Amino acid sequence: MSTLAQKKGFGAVLWDYLTTVDHKKIAILYLIAGGFFFLLGGLEAMFIRIQLAVPNNDFVSAGLYNEILTMHGTTMIFLAAMPLIFAFMNAVMPLQIGARDVAFPFLNSLGFWLFFFGGVFLNLSWFLGGAPDAGWTSYASLSLASEGHGIDFYALGLQISGAGTLIGGINFLVTIINMRAPGMTYMRMPMFTWATFVTSALILFAFPALTVGLFLLVFDRMFGSNFFDPAMGGNTIIWEHFFWIFGHPEVYILILPAFGIFSEIFAIFSRKRLFGYSSMVFATVLIGFLGFMVWAHHMFTTGMGPIANAIFAVATMAIAVPTGIKIFNWLFTMWGGSITFTTPMLWAIAFIPSFVAGGVTGVMLASAAQDYQYHDTYFVVAHFHYVIVGGVVFALFAGAHLYWPKMFGTMLNEFLGKITFVLFFIGFHLTFFIQHFLGLWGMPRRIFTFLPGQGLDTANMVSTVGAFFMAIAVIILLINIVITSVKNEKVGNDPWGDGRTLEWAIPSPPPFYNFKQLPLVRGLDAYWLEKMEGKKGMSPAEPLGDIHMPNNSFIPFVISLGLFIAAFGAMYRAEHSWGIPVLIFGMLITLGSMFVRSVKDDHGYHIHKEDLEDSNDKGVKA
Amino acid sequence: MKRLAKWRLFSLFAMMALILSACSGKPYLSTLKPAGEVAQTQFDLMVLSTAIMVGVIAVVTVIFFIVVVKFRRKDDRIPKQVEGSHKLEIIWTVIPILLLLILAVPTVSATFKLADVSPMEKKNEEGKTDALVVNVRANLYWWEFEYPNQEIITGQELVVPTDEKVYFNLIASDVKHSFWIPAVGGKLDTNTENVNKFWLEFDGEKAAEADNYFYGKCAELCGPSHALMDFKVKAVPRDQFDQWATAMKDVKEPKQAETDLAQAGQEVFNNSCIGCHAVTPANTAPEAARLAPNLTNFGDRDRIAGILDHTEEDLKDWLRDPETYKPGNKMTGTYGELTEEELDALTEYLMGLKVMEQ
Amino acid sequence: MAAEQKMTYETWPASPEKQTLEAKNKFLGFWFFLGGETVLFASLFATYLALKDKVPSSDMALAKDLFEIPLAFIMTMLLLTSSLTSVYAMYHMKNFNFKKMQLWLGITVLLGLGFLGLEIYEFNHYVHEFHHSFTSSAFGSAFYTLVGFHGAHVAFGLLWITTLMIRNSKRGLSLYNAPKFYVASLYWHFIDVVWVFIFTVVYLMGMVG
Repeated sequence: MSTLAQKKGFGAVLWDYLTTVDHKKIAILYLIAGGFFFLLGGLEAMFIRIQLAVPNNDFVSAGLYNEILTMHGTTMIFLAAMPLIFAFMNAVMPLQIGARDVAFPFLNSLGFWLFFFGGVFLNLSWFLGGAPDAGWTSYASLSLASEGHGIDFYALGLQISGAGTLIGGINFLVTIINMRAPGMTYMRMPMFTWATFVTSALILFAFPALTVGLFLLVFDRMFGSNFFDPAMGGNTIIWEHFFWIFGHPEVYILILPAFGIFSEIFAIFSRKRLFGYSSMVFATVLIGFLGFMVWAHHMFTTGMGPIANAIFAVATMAIAVPTGIKIFNWLFTMWGGSITFTTPMLWAIAFIPSFVAGGVTGVMLASAAQDYQYHDTYFVVAHFHYVIVGGVVFALFAGAHLYWPKMFGTMLNEFLGKITFVLFFIGFHLTFFIQHFLGLWGMPRRIFTFLPGQGLDTANMVSTVGAFFMAIAVIILLINIVITSVKNEKVGNDPWGDGRTLEWAIPSPPPFYNFKQLPLVRGLDAYWLEKMEGKKGMSPAEPLGDIHMPNNSFIPFVISLGLFIAAFGAMYRAEHSWGIPVLIFGMLITLGSMFVRSVKDDHGYHIHKEDLEDSNDKGVKA
Repeated sequence: MKRLAKWRLFSLFAMMALILSACSGKPYLSTLKPAGEVAQTQFDLMVLSTAIMVGVIAVVTVIFFIVVVKFRRKDDRIPKQVEGSHKLEIIWTVIPILLLLILAVPTVSATFKLADVSPMEKKNEEGKTDALVVNVRANLYWWEFEYPNQEIITGQELVVPTDEKVYFNLIASDVKHSFWIPAVGGKLDTNTENVNKFWLEFDGEKAAEADNYFYGKCAELCGPSHALMDFKVKAVPRDQFDQWATAMKDVKEPKQAETDLAQAGQEVFNNSCIGCHAVTPANTAPEAARLAPNLTNFGDRDRIAGILDHTEEDLKDWLRDPETYKPGNKMTGTYGELTEEELDALTEYLMGLKVMEQ
Repeated sequence: MAAEQKMTYETWPASPEKQTLEAKNKFLGFWFFLGGETVLFASLFATYLALKDKVPSSDMALAKDLFEIPLAFIMTMLLLTSSLTSVYAMYHMKNFNFKKMQLWLGITVLLGLGFLGLEIYEFNHYVHEFHHSFTSSAFGSAFYTLVGFHGAHVAFGLLWITTLMIRNSKRGLSLYNAPKFYVASLYWHFIDVVWVFIFTVVYLMGMVG
């Protein structure tokens, strides 16, 4: 099988991406899909801010506003932030540990397509009778009372995409445990890989709780069960617990990879090894562990009683300690370093004060007695945007600029990148800082309008103006991407010049088999060590030999498509006679393709040693 | 030395207080203008935690600026690769723990204090409590307030005595809501399956500053008109409260309209409205049958439907088309279209439903 | 060692389920998957415990009225025995004895089918004798969801093992399919363990009220 690709037609490229099992191409798919949903969620955010710019506004109606706020939250968390993080994990993590691919290339593809079809399903609700309108938390009494199919789209769409995420998590765990290059011990793994590892563990143990919660919701709404109906003995608080047992680890699922990206950036652009590497690893693991102990701090006002509230308050405060350790370690990574202010580094530097501001309000929220005032107000809105935008979104922008050359072989324009940064940074603080005060002045969250005469007018206007800065920043980033792609100036292995980890030791983008010979890792920052000894690249850990590669497959796409179809059948079962047949048809497609995958042997193929020798370093394209 | 540190801490607090008072919102709405023991406790915690957090931010900021200014790249040298420092790492592990302990102790104590509702359980010989208890029932987009000791029910406008603890039983009848009077204390959810209990205290002086009216809010997304599910809290001295309660209780039969126009209005009301709205406070119907706010003292209230000004014009607008003002409300479509004459009559009647002579 | 290679009794390694990298990955990944499944069932158990005996009216059947130990005991024995027979199957797999492995897997499948049959009878019995159904109360919803999820896992396990047996019936054992058999048997044990918890939490604790 010849694998050295020539110029291909559009159809061939499309087919290649539909069937690919290469982690680097799947990363690009995640980046495109996640980026698309990010723009969608951003548009929804703009609608929210326009509606709230002045009191008694009627830009959108009350019902539509609730749909927009629900879809903004759901889209940003599940369909934008997580997939974009998955994009970087897929693109970088296997390279960082010196692997040729992930442990389960087929499942990697399946995970992406499940996420994709789940996300598309969820967003089709806009065209099919209205989007979900009970908030991204979808608390049970409201979500059961909600009319139409919006909540069904939410439950089924998240169920499908959640399965994809779970698969991705398992895949990364096994990859990191089993496929590290020779010499890559756990305590030599780059921080981003460690973050991926802990995040994946969180996904594994957090998502099943959401799965169960969504099942109960689907059963109640579509199949007549009574989990959340008090009149039949049900209890809506069960949903709240499941949602937050999942939901709290979820925020660490988002932020830990962001920490990982920043750890890489601080080290690279300070030309200095990460300060306190082992305590950083320890802090990451500890945050992940504590992340499971604190879910009920989202429910202080639910009426759990003072004992539960006090316990969860103290447990939550404890998380501030490992997070603080990280902040100081980053500062001291830069201390004594040689800092250069590239675009990724600007994001990383701006992240520190922004995230600290979000973190300290987190401690205030953790203090149960005062949380009774903050809960469900704009103070909370400000807090979580400070951590999620100031932490996660900053990291995504930073990561995009940092890893763009590694993913696409060309660098984003630095000048435009810096403009994006400045505008976004100003807009971010303008939008969200004032929202702390809006909350304290008595503005509840999730309100579609507010009445004049409550002292909330000016601050809301300020917040809206800030949002426009962010929107312009994102548009400039898009322009940057277009310009960069058109110019397409190729760069070498280590375009930033100060790369420390293995991904910078191979071409940008890497050949589809990543490493011709697996590298020998001699310590933390493996590539940096070699460079400091004056070597050009890594020493190989094995002689040149045949490389075993997995075959492409269309089956993941079909499995996901089957579930997508089945979800429509399940949803319209009650009012249309075609519901049941479509449900069965969809499930048959899914189970049938799983069956085919199961009985058809797939041993993959080998790239022969001779081909590798021929290709040398030049002209190898993925 | 110690005194100096104390002085510094004090000036820090003073500065915080200054900043907070400079932009602290409206006295009838803002959590930063605490008007009662609960809000005050929470405000004190806010100040304490803000002070600690500002200290943390200051330390980070100082290091941050030193780093960013001092360690810019000037030449191509490779800096020394430092692994870490146990001493520093222990410092920034231990100090945050101590800071958190300073916050954790008052947090836990306040959490228990605010949850102490034992006086609600102590019943006297009549089977009533000595403390004032209000049963709050939250509905799609209105509030019912029942005073079990006084045996009266009202809606939309909570009347409470100042300077004493008032105890609340909270429940929702349709979907989950959350009961919040920002200036007076934090919120507690009204769940659909269980009664939540807590207490609030309304400070007399602060109530006077707020013209005796506090704003109440629903703080849990409950549907399209979640934003409009406001209520008012009238906080008055105990003797005025007692007068009000007695006056309410004296309404045994629906109040008879006096003018001709109002009588016509009462007829319209009895034909179209009384199925849902009661006009006697001792409403003996079961909760499920109390479908809309009790209107016994409608004429005394400060707002129509919780959000509109209390004027005849606004009332007519509301009655003409409630959907415009509260999307998704349960009143729309439950009665036939009203002619302008009927509206005039109904308005006259409703505005005359007063228990307090002024 | 390549997965496709033809093996004999002599060349067959001690742990054939983890000889290749793919097999090692599958082995570890499956353990993680079972970790996730554990959280899933833990959540369902929590739901059941929260909603146990929560019925809208007092004349409806509660746990203590419904469950009978003999039936649950027989079901438990069937499933426990099937776990044991799948251990035998794996023993023969490790000894490169394909025929005996197939035989014991066949017995495992039969026992599993017996269990499933009894479960269907049991559900039917509750619905018709006690009007205890999925939609009759929160208790009913929680009970059928927990036990039904387990039952669905059993059914899926049976399909899986049967598919493996038929697919490989003609070609015997190899390092390619040995991990598949091994992982399927791991799954079967997991189902068994979950049932032990169901037997304890639902049936035994249900009896004492």
